[in-house]
Amino acid sequence: MAMVETVSRGRAKLDGFRAMRGGLVLAVVVLGALIPQMTQNQYYLGVAFQAEMLMCLALGLNIVVGYAGMLDLGFAAFFAIGAYTTGILSTKEHWSILASIAPGVVIAVVCALIIGFPTLRLRSDYLAVVTLGFGEIIQTIAINLNQTGGPTGIYAIPALTLGSVVVTSNTGYYYVFFVLVIVFALFSTRLRGSRLGRAWLCIREDEDAAKAMGINTNHYKLYAYVFGAVLGSITGSLYAPALTAISPASFGFSESLLIVMAVAIGGLGSIWGVMFGAAVVEIFPEVFRSFAQARLLVFGVLLVILMVVRPRGLFPERAFQGMATRVRRRLGRAAVGPGPSAGHVVLTVPTEES
Amino acid sequence: MTAVLETEHLSLQFGGVNALSDLSIQIEAGSLHAIIGPNGAGKTSFFNCLTGYYKPTSGAVRFRGSEVTGLDAAKVAGLGIRRTFQNIRVFPKMSVLENVLAGGHLRATANLFSITVASPGFRRNERQLRSEAMSSLEFVGLADQWNNLAGDLPYGMRKRMELARVLIADPVVVLLDEPAAGVSSVEREELSRVIQRIHAQGTCVIMIEHDVDLVMEIATEVTVLDNGRIIASGLPQDVRNNPDVIRAYMGRKRK
Repeated sequence: MAMVETVSRGRAKLDGFRAMRGGLVLAVVVLGALIPQMTQNQYYLGVAFQAEMLMCLALGLNIVVGYAGMLDLGFAAFFAIGAYTTGILSTKEHWSILASIAPGVVIAVVCALIIGFPTLRLRSDYLAVVTLGFGEIIQTIAINLNQTGGPTGIYAIPALTLGSVVVTSNTGYYYVFFVLVIVFALFSTRLRGSRLGRAWLCIREDEDAAKAMGINTNHYKLYAYVFGAVLGSITGSLYAPALTAISPASFGFSESLLIVMAVAIGGLGSIWGVMFGAAVVEIFPEVFRSFAQARLLVFGVLLVILMVVRPRGLFPERAFQGMATRVRRRLGRAAVGPGPSAGHVVLTVPTEES
Repeated sequence: MTAVLETEHLSLQFGGVNALSDLSIQIEAGSLHAIIGPNGAGKTSFFNCLTGYYKPTSGAVRFRGSEVTGLDAAKVAGLGIRRTFQNIRVFPKMSVLENVLAGGHLRATANLFSITVASPGFRRNERQLRSEAMSSLEFVGLADQWNNLAGDLPYGMRKRMELARVLIADPVVVLLDEPAAGVSSVEREELSRVIQRIHAQGTCVIMIEHDVDLVMEIATEVTVLDNGRIIASGLPQDVRNNPDVIRAYMGRKRK
């Protein structure tokens, strides 16, 4: 039967793709785990750790912007909620850092519901304005409240303790965030391959048509916003002990914009893409330090060029599938045939693992 | 004869314009009911009222005897009333298979926990859905396109993919808005065959179509709209010879 043949041909390609992807993931994980062994330079480790933190935030925002297609310009607010909850509970109430993650998540979810419920039925531009306002509100609250330490913020936040291990060094936090990035990436992957991910993408692609699929678009938009808030808040809770001090300046509009940039540069909706984008956004300005005053200018010009040359990001969705197909063709193992349409990248099946 | 879907004195106004006036139609279960009429007759507005995209100004829509007037589009879809769109609405950056899986959204049952840990139940549900999606694609003759981006498909194939997306939901009523508009004669034959197969399975099909030959060939019942009113209704051959219908079409042509 034609169909069986097609499917088994697809499966063969898929197996090859999976093997290649598995190898790639393993290589990246091993490389990532070895970075602190390769250098003792605290400056490099600091940058690397900041990059991981931005990856976590970008993975969170990716659910909102990349999957569901809602432009959120105030994402740093959830990051702030996590960081401040942990900061306050650990310094004033002497909670352990790990225990303070949960209340941070709860507050973030409540805020996401309060902001999201009435506003998420808005479409793109309006939503961007509302979320921008929310970001500003949270920052203003942090500056003006006594409990949050005002403009100076909170300092002397105790270290993260995991069992008997006290994490104090840059290397330590590098590994903590390394694990967090993996967990978030895995979580995002799972969501993408489920009805949640599909519903979000449908909403992003065509909200009216999504309704015809029986998707309650308002609910699913709210879910995306809440998931984003949860990931943002967890990242904040672990960021506070890593820096030992937090202040409102770290959670402003520029931070929100940086996260949006990471997602857009990497490729909306692509997990590899947004992680790569976060690394680029964090590391490039550091690399350009030799340009001194002009470094942000150089960075800005590069961003403009990038968006012109690759409008869908560095690693858009399906980019790796395309690469796998091309490599296999080059290796002459195209025995599986050119596929249904040779010109195009073939190979995504929403599998539970993909 | 039982009506699966019926409207009673349905009216829809946009400002001062009467898009639909006092429309009462009964769609019999198992029928292939064609809605025809000149441009601007209110056919698509009628579909939008049936599927929850527009809220009628007055009147009622009943599905299997219970009122569904003014329900949200997603709820209507959930009841088993599925539609396609006049200007095809595919999800362009999702694969063909994923588009069809999206149609089966309500049949994916896994909760957040089982998704996160990829539980056996979740995997089974997804596998089941994927195989049903492949069957739907095979039904419309698109099985070999499953892994292409929907946005890359040619026009006629997108139309068929929209049908597959409707079919996976195992709908009670299927509303097709101009399924054969703008397709080649080969594609037209293909679409006609698919629509007849859907009908043959016992699914009620309501279709807006300008291609009168196609309508005469496959419809079991025809309703003609003009200016938001029903001007004729009945068997295809009766409607064809109805003087009002001829006037509605020919009158316009002469101008």
